[in-house]
Amino acid sequence: MNANKTQLYNLHKSKGARFVKFAGYEMPIQYSSGIITEHNLTRTKSGIFDVSHMGQLFLKGGDDLTEKLQHIFPTDLKTLNINQSKYSFLLKENGGIYDDLILTKLKDGFMIILNAACKHNDLKIIKSMLKDDSLKLNEDVSLIAIQGPEAKDILEKIIKNVSKLNFMYGNDFDFDNEKIFITRSGYTGEDGFEISISNQKVNNLVDELLDLGSNLIGLGARDTLRLEAGLCLYGHDINEETSPIEANLKWAISKNRVNENFPGAEKIKSQLNDGVKKLRVGIKPNSKIIAREFTKIFDKSNNEIGTITSGTFGPSVKAPIAMGYVSNEFSKNDTEIFLEVRGKKISANVCKLPFYKKNYVKGSINA
Amino acid sequence: MPEVKYSKEHEWIKVEGDIATIGITQHATEMLGDIVFAELPEKGSSVTKDGTAGVVESTKAASDVYTPVSGEITDTNQSIVDDPSKINQDPEGTAWFFKLKLKDKSEMDSLMNKVEYDKFAKETSA
Repeated sequence: MNANKTQLYNLHKSKGARFVKFAGYEMPIQYSSGIITEHNLTRTKSGIFDVSHMGQLFLKGGDDLTEKLQHIFPTDLKTLNINQSKYSFLLKENGGIYDDLILTKLKDGFMIILNAACKHNDLKIIKSMLKDDSLKLNEDVSLIAIQGPEAKDILEKIIKNVSKLNFMYGNDFDFDNEKIFITRSGYTGEDGFEISISNQKVNNLVDELLDLGSNLIGLGARDTLRLEAGLCLYGHDINEETSPIEANLKWAISKNRVNENFPGAEKIKSQLNDGVKKLRVGIKPNSKIIAREFTKIFDKSNNEIGTITSGTFGPSVKAPIAMGYVSNEFSKNDTEIFLEVRGKKISANVCKLPFYKKNYVKGSINA
Repeated sequence: MPEVKYSKEHEWIKVEGDIATIGITQHATEMLGDIVFAELPEKGSSVTKDGTAGVVESTKAASDVYTPVSGEITDTNQSIVDDPSKINQDPEGTAWFFKLKLKDKSEMDSLMNKVEYDKFAKETSA
């Protein structure tokens, strides 16, 4: 089967992209400048990410729809403001995570951004739960993100008033005689925006952003950026076997929804009341050795207590960083643990997430 | 000029007398991307042709470094451990990995020369 290509494929190629197959798409893992340069450009200037492989689902409806979606997602959607976004999950009955996603309430419905590898299964589940066989992912739109301290000034030059958006809010804007939807969000730990734009216009917008001094950034740097920011990568740090509570993401479950009806509600309630056996934590190796995904974690008496789910070198923190699950009794910050790398046990400490923190910029109005 | 040869695992080896200096090729560093970690064999240890003799890691993954010949490690390059980015900057020069005392010079015979290696690298990365 041929891999799908995004609208920006030829542009990626012209910038020296090295491609990987990801969720059935040919995606750029890095460009000619390399992952560390791309990472640092995003932290110090700005970077453009092609995330068009992600699913964009638009649901039309009013209060009825909100009510139905409350039975699918563990988020309080009734109190969500128009144009406000929330991080949420599609959950299994056993509390495991089918996908993590961003819900945005629109004037006439909801927009849901889904992970590329999960989007077709998500759609199947949502269709069956809403009993609406006509639902489709919107394949006519691309999705790009611009992230970094210069993102707002660069985008503002093209899209007037976009810098007034608050974090985790969106709105319609005009670009080249077309309506586009922009949210102030992202997955890098930097201020930034995600832009849903037609397949016809996306190349024009990206060209303009590049002309204003922004840079294309591949999936490699996206991974180091999100891990420094302590953010989960679906299929690695969270999956169908981990619940949001075990993943230390209970902040994303609306408190007033815990006693209500949505998939996994029973499990989440019991885990909130009785605690969990394992918990996702940040892990900082006490040397320069990098512990990758699947690295086994031990206590000082050599008992296996967990597994690393993401691990790399953090270019901004200039040290190896990791996340993983450990038995609950080892989840306190500063607990010493041992990671088995190439047959040797190396010392590490459980630590607070994120590894890298910047304050998200607030806009002046809920534009 | 000392003879430089190349292995299929993308190491280069330069022999002066019975001492060989070994590192990874420019082509290898281009495939690996930004190198952020290097581990070297211990001085005085013995290594066997095609056995592992170190590790390099990029932001993406870890890769073993093999020795193309057998021998006893006489020196290692601490500067690439302290600053692994030097490997990307000058892989076939100052960023050598280790030196060893050759056990069997005939092991050099099966290795590629520059022209053969360049062709091999081009074919295998296509």
